[in-house]
Amino acid sequence: MPTDAEEIFPPIRRWRASGLQVALATVVQTWGSSPRPEGSHLAVNERGEFVGSVSGGCIEGAVVTEALEVLAEGKPRSLEFGVSDEQAWEVGLACGGRVRVFVERLE
Amino acid sequence: MKWATWERLDAAAAAGISAALVTRLADGAQSLFDGERWQGALDLAGEQRAAVRRMLAADKSGMLAGAEGLFVRCYARAPRLVVVGAAHISQFLAPMATLAGFEVIVIDPRRAFASAERFRGVTLIDAWPDEALEQVRLDATSAVVTLTHDPKLDDPALIAALASPAFYIGALGSSRTHAKRIARLTEAGLGDKAGRIHAPVGLDLGGRAPREIAVSILAQVIQVRYRGEGS
Repeated sequence: MPTDAEEIFPPIRRWRASGLQVALATVVQTWGSSPRPEGSHLAVNERGEFVGSVSGGCIEGAVVTEALEVLAEGKPRSLEFGVSDEQAWEVGLACGGRVRVFVERLE
Repeated sequence: MKWATWERLDAAAAAGISAALVTRLADGAQSLFDGERWQGALDLAGEQRAAVRRMLAADKSGMLAGAEGLFVRCYARAPRLVVVGAAHISQFLAPMATLAGFEVIVIDPRRAFASAERFRGVTLIDAWPDEALEQVRLDATSAVVTLTHDPKLDDPALIAALASPAFYIGALGSSRTHAKRIARLTEAGLGDKAGRIHAPVGLDLGGRAPREIAVSILAQVIQVRYRGEGS
């Protein structure tokens, strides 16, 4: 099973070599039963392409949007998401937890 | 994150070195700990550094307890299980441990035993255990199990393991076999350390088939990894 580093580091390396800007999102805190543990990473490039995951798929879209703003502004930010029961059901997770995600630009 | 910090993380991962990155969420300031040195703009107090070290040993990422807004991301290498003796039990233990997330290394100087045919997807070393273990460089994320039934092979491996910071050491054999082993190790001057050896090896699940013994060994290794000795 690949570790997070094995999964997201090679794409980050390639994006950097192609001159693309890269942002890194990390789950830093979870409450209740959240889909991905603390430390889970999602890496995003300036084209909106991403690797890794910070949830079971419920919040990735929102995180990518925020990451593109962080790339433009340069200032890191913390995001909080409540994974509603409805969303959880849609992606097949009966979780209803909350997560805090830190997004930073590689610079 | 500075690219320089990411490069260090990437290099550590490639070299199989465990590292921890501490981030102050308020402004993104960071410091990286590679098991020996701290590098970065974020200054941590002595007890905070000690706490990060403990989190890294358990591979537990999360907010640093007792600190305001400091997040610790642990990039720990996979734990290793070093199996001495390419025996029948090993043929079950190696794939089970791989599935459980361990990097598995099988050591046996008898080439007919340690054949790639019998052990797919694991690292095989067909050298004498003391030589092989020197090559492996046991660390605090390593577990060692001897399964050869032969003191000529088991003892040198146990002697090397007892001199290392391996978190788990286990040896196959009955209580009577183990008593004789303790006597030999005591003679070799390791009497005070021999208590670290788990023997008879494995949790007492009641099964006696090789595949069942493999489960009991793996279960004990995982238990000691998370709960520590004396659990």
